[in-house]
Amino acid sequence: MNIVDRRPNPKGKSLGNRRRFIERARAEVKGAVLDALRKRKISEIDGSETVSIPTRGIDEPSFHQASSGGDRYYVVPGNKHHIVGDQIDRPRGGGGGRGSGEAADGGEGKDAFEFTLTREEFLDLFFEDLELPDLVKKKLSHAQAPELSRAGYAVNGNPANLALVRTMRNSMARRISLKRPKQEVLDALEAEILALQEAGRDKEAHVALERLETLRRRSKAIPYFDPIDMRYNRFERTPKPNVQAVMFCLMDVSGSMTERMKDLAKRFFMLLHIFLVRRYKTVDIVFIRHTSTAQEVDEDTFFYSRETGGTVVSTALAEMKRLVAERYPLDAWNIYAAQASDGDNFGADSGHCIALLSELLPACQYFAYIEVSETPDGFSDRRSERTDLWRSYAEVAPAHKNFAMRRVGDPSHIFPVFHDLFARDKAQAS
Amino acid sequence: MSIVIDRTKPLFEGPEWDYDKLKLVYEACGEIAVGELGLDIYPVQIEVITSEQMLDAYASVGLPLMYRHWSFGKRFAYNEAMYRKGLQGLAYEIVINSNPCLCYIMEENSMTMQTLVIAHAAYGHNHFFKNNYLFQQWTDASGILDYLAFARDYVMKCEEKYGIPRVERVLDAAHALMDQSVNRYARRKVNFADEQQRETDRHEHAERTYNDLWRTVPTPDAIKRLDTDAAQKLHNEAARRMGLPEENILYFLEKHAPSLEAWERELCRIVRNIAQYYYPQKQTKMINEGCATFTHYEIMQRLHEQGLLNDGTMLEFLHSHTSVVFQPEYDDPRYSGINPYALGYAMMADIKRICLDPTDEDREWFPDFAGNGDPYGTLRTAWANYRDESFILQYMSPALMRQFRLFRVHDDAAVPHMKVDAIHDAAGYRELRSALARSYDLSRREPDIQVADVDMAGDRVLVLKHAVNAGILLDDKTCQSVLRQVQELWGYGVKLIEVNAMTDETLKTHEAPPRKREKKSA
Repeated sequence: MNIVDRRPNPKGKSLGNRRRFIERARAEVKGAVLDALRKRKISEIDGSETVSIPTRGIDEPSFHQASSGGDRYYVVPGNKHHIVGDQIDRPRGGGGGRGSGEAADGGEGKDAFEFTLTREEFLDLFFEDLELPDLVKKKLSHAQAPELSRAGYAVNGNPANLALVRTMRNSMARRISLKRPKQEVLDALEAEILALQEAGRDKEAHVALERLETLRRRSKAIPYFDPIDMRYNRFERTPKPNVQAVMFCLMDVSGSMTERMKDLAKRFFMLLHIFLVRRYKTVDIVFIRHTSTAQEVDEDTFFYSRETGGTVVSTALAEMKRLVAERYPLDAWNIYAAQASDGDNFGADSGHCIALLSELLPACQYFAYIEVSETPDGFSDRRSERTDLWRSYAEVAPAHKNFAMRRVGDPSHIFPVFHDLFARDKAQAS
Repeated sequence: MSIVIDRTKPLFEGPEWDYDKLKLVYEACGEIAVGELGLDIYPVQIEVITSEQMLDAYASVGLPLMYRHWSFGKRFAYNEAMYRKGLQGLAYEIVINSNPCLCYIMEENSMTMQTLVIAHAAYGHNHFFKNNYLFQQWTDASGILDYLAFARDYVMKCEEKYGIPRVERVLDAAHALMDQSVNRYARRKVNFADEQQRETDRHEHAERTYNDLWRTVPTPDAIKRLDTDAAQKLHNEAARRMGLPEENILYFLEKHAPSLEAWERELCRIVRNIAQYYYPQKQTKMINEGCATFTHYEIMQRLHEQGLLNDGTMLEFLHSHTSVVFQPEYDDPRYSGINPYALGYAMMADIKRICLDPTDEDREWFPDFAGNGDPYGTLRTAWANYRDESFILQYMSPALMRQFRLFRVHDDAAVPHMKVDAIHDAAGYRELRSALARSYDLSRREPDIQVADVDMAGDRVLVLKHAVNAGILLDDKTCQSVLRQVQELWGYGVKLIEVNAMTDETLKTHEAPPRKREKKSA
C-alpha cells in the first residue's frame, strides 16, 4: 500500500471550471449583481456577494421519465397499518418519492441555488458595463497593499527584529533585582582570596572561598540573558492612506427623475466611492437631496423616497456649503462632490448656482456633475438646446480644473467623467 | 519491510492519525479482509486530501482527472454553498475503480474514521470492483486514469484550436445524451489504451465513413423515379449499413452525423466512454455499498474482539455506522427513497444469518445455501455475479421484508386513488420482491430511447424512438431541451416518437426542427 499526500497539490483545481460556469451563467449572475447594486449601500459596494441564480440558463437537460402518469408501482419501507386493498390519496407533487432524490442533478425542478462571488468577481461584473479601462479596473479591484509601521514591542519575533536596547534594559533590571553578582565583584573577591592565601590567613581565605562559591553558583543560576528579557520590534500592517475624505452626493429627487435615472446616478456615486476608498482611510458620505428645498438624508431616503415639488438646485449647494463649514474643516478633510440631476432648474436660480459653485469649487478636490437622461441617446436631439443648469455650469467649468461635467444616458457614459481624475492620479504616481 | 502488529494493545488511541497508524491499520484490516473474509483486492493507494480538494473531486464526478467544463464548476459552486451553510456534510472517502485502487481520505477525519474508510473503501469497494462481473466485463481499471488524462489533454487541445465555445457546444450536447449512450447488451469492453492509439488515425477513418455513407444517398428526384419496393429496399440497405436501430445515441452520432468534424466526433466518443465507465456503478449502487458496508462492519467487529480497537473507538464507529445504515420510513420527512447502504447492509447481514442460523422459512426459500455455514463464500459469490436487480430477486428473504416492513403501492394514473396491493405477508413476498427488483432495473428507471431511423432520402430527419413501458412518458420540458442538443450534433431535424413498447402504437411525438447552423470559420 502506498500513501500519497495530496494536500500540497495546487489548490483551486476547480477554479477554471468555476470561471466558466460564471461565464456561462453570466446573464443570470449579472442580473443578480445589478439587483445587489440596487440593494446595497454605496459604502458596501466593495465586498463579496452571495448571489442566488435560477437554474434556467444553466440547466443540463437529460431524458427523464415524467414524474406522473402511467401505471407505476412503488415499494416503500415502514408499513404501519396498511393491508392489501387500502386506498391512499396521491401525494401532491408527483410520485411516491421513489427516486426523487436522484434527480437532483437533472437540472429540472431544482430550486435556484446560491453561491458566493468573490470580491474580484463581483467588481468585475460591476465594472463590466461601465467600460473602465483595464488599468483602472486593476487599480480599483487590486487589494490594497498595507504598509508596515512600528507598533511597540513584542515578546516574540524573529532575531532580525530584536530590540537590543530594550532587551538589554530588561536583562539588567532583572540581574539587579535578583542580585546577580557582577563580574567585578567576583574578580575582586578572587584577588582578595589570593591575597589572603599569600598572607597565610588560611581561615579567612577559606571563608572568602566559600563566599566566592556561593556567588559563582548564584551567577550561574541567574543567566545574563533570559528569554523573558527578549523584546522584539513589532510592526503592524496598516493601510497606507490615512487621510480622510468626505463625499457629498447631491441629487435632484423631484418627480422628473425616474428610477432609471436614479439608478444611473447611484452607479456614478458608487464608482466615486470605490475610488475614494482606495485613496483614503475613511470616507464619509453625505447625502443631500433637493427639490425646491434641500436636506441631508440617509441613503435609503436618498434613493428610494419620493418627493414632489419644484427644483431649486442652489438649495443643495447652499446646504453643502453649510455642512462643510460646520462639520468638515478643510485642513482635515478632502472634499469630493458628485451631483446628479436631469438638468431642470428653476429659471432664476441659475445665477445663485454659479455664485455658490464658484465659492465651493476652490474648497473641493473634485466636483463632478452628471446630467442623466432616460434613454441612452436622450440627448442627441437636445444637444442644441442645453438645459438651464448645464448652460450655467458650463460658464464655471473652464475656470476650474477640478470640475467635470458630463451627460450620461447609459452606464458606459459614466466612466469618462472620472477620466480627468484618474489621469491626474496616474501623473502623480509616475 | 513488513509491519508487525502488536496484539497486546489497541492499534491506536485518540483521534490523531499519522502515516504509521494508517499503515498499521491497513495491515490489521487486511488480515481479516483477506484472511477471514477471503477478499481479493487491487493494490491500494491511499491519498490524503483536504476538504477543499474533496469538493473539487465532487465537482468532477469523483474522478481525479477531468476535462474542463462549466457544469463541473456549477456542481462545485453548488456543493460548496451547501457545505459552507452546513446543509451537507462531505463524504468521508471517495474510491476510484482503478488499478491500483485509489482511496481518497480527508485530513480532518479522526483515526477511527480513517480506519472505517480503509475497511470500507480499500477492502470493501476494492474487492467489489475487482470481482463483480459487470466491472470485469465493462471497465478497464488499469487504463482509466491514463484515458482520463488523455481526454483532458485532448479537450484542452481542441479548446486551443477551435475555441472554448465550440468545444462546449459539443460537450453540452454530448452530456445531455450520456444516459442514452451506453452499450447495454453487446459486451464491448473498452480498452482505454487502444482508445488513444486509434484516435491518431481517426481523422481519415471518419472521413471515409462519412463519404461512403452519404455518397450512396440518392437524391429525392431519383427516389421518386423508383417504385416503392425498390425505395424500401434502398431504405433498408441504408439502415443496415448504419446499424439501425442503435441504442447508443452518441455512438450513432459519432459514426454517422453528417456534419461533425473529426474532433467533434472524438469528443462524443470521450463522453460516451466515460458514461460507459459509470454504467456498472449505476447498476450496482446498492450491492456495492452493501458489500463495502458489510465488510467494514465485519472488520471493525473482529478488530474490536481481538482487542485491537478500544471501546471509545468502537462507539465512535458505531455512531457513524448506524447513521449510514439508517432507513427512514416512508412517512418520515427524511424519507427520500430506500437507502442503498441500509438495504445492502441489511441484506448481507441477513444472508450471513441464513448461512449460519437459518429458520425453516429460510430453508424453504433458500435451499441452496441456508445453513451451509459459509457466509463469506456465499456472499463472495453474490458480489461477483449479481447486480442490484438480480441480487434482490435472488437473495431478499421474507424475514428482511418483514424487517423493513415493505409494502407495494400501485399508482395507476387512470384510477383516482393509489392502492396498496402487496404487503410483507405470505401472499405478498414474491410480488414485493420482484417489484423492488424492477425498481432497481436501470432499463426501467431510465427511458429506453434508441435511434430508430434516418430519412436519408428526404430531409435527413433523425428519428429517435422511446419505447414506453406502462404508459410512463418522457418529461416534456427536458425532452425538448435534449432534442435541441441532439440536433446540435446531428445538424438536421430531429424527431422523437414515443411508442407503446407492447403494441407499437404511437403515443406522442416531439420534434426539433432543423435550425440554421452558424457558418463555421475555417
